[in-house]
Amino acid sequence: MTQFVIHREIDARGSACPGPLMELIRALKAAEKGQVVAVISSDQGSKVDIPEWVAKAGHALLATEDAGGATRFVVQKAR
Amino acid sequence: MKEAVAVLADQQESVSKKKMSIILYSGTVDKLTAAAILATGAAAMDMQVNIFLTFWGLLAHKKGAWQDPGQQKLSAEFAEYAPVMMEALQAGKVKPWIELVREAKELGDVNVYACGMTMDLFGLRLEDLEDIVSGVQGVTGFMAEAQDSSVTLFI
Repeated sequence: MTQFVIHREIDARGSACPGPLMELIRALKAAEKGQVVAVISSDQGSKVDIPEWVAKAGHALLATEDAGGATRFVVQKAR
Repeated sequence: MKEAVAVLADQQESVSKKKMSIILYSGTVDKLTAAAILATGAAAMDMQVNIFLTFWGLLAHKKGAWQDPGQQKLSAEFAEYAPVMMEALQAGKVKPWIELVREAKELGDVNVYACGMTMDLFGLRLEDLEDIVSGVQGVTGFMAEAQDSSVTLFI
């Protein structure tokens, strides 16, 4: 598994749609270009929503990992 | 010249943006929440969102109504789910719909308009409504925006 330097990790487990995505958007807004942010979501919709948003917003989804019933998304701010 | 170019770029951006128009007629917590989540998703996907508040959807936007238990209702046909819904709200799993709309407004281009006819009907003024409401509009003004929307919803 490739390792990334995670600038910030958000545990958004338990938060319903669109909570985890909103947390990710906020964290990326505050981050500098090139920094990596991770968000853990237990919302089933996130599996589709977060990659979709990351692509649309022009950032880079570095990894999608299983996190014990939840999913951890690792995203790099690309612009 | 530089400024003119910037203005042009702004205009092009707003022209090319896809739009979603919602007619929010219902004032029950479940439907207000659904509309707010849809608005947030559309704003995240860089769409312009216009919400037209009419009848019960507008009354739900009276100042303080969203946090007054006496004015929080669930659609009658789903009344048996009221405890589940209220519990999810209280546990913070689902944010209050008004906060979702606030977040959507911070995130993107989201406009909430009050229907002028309903305002007259209930003797309301803009200052009687929550600050997420941007202004008062007539149905024709709303249709001008709705006619070139790629998503239109009546909730």
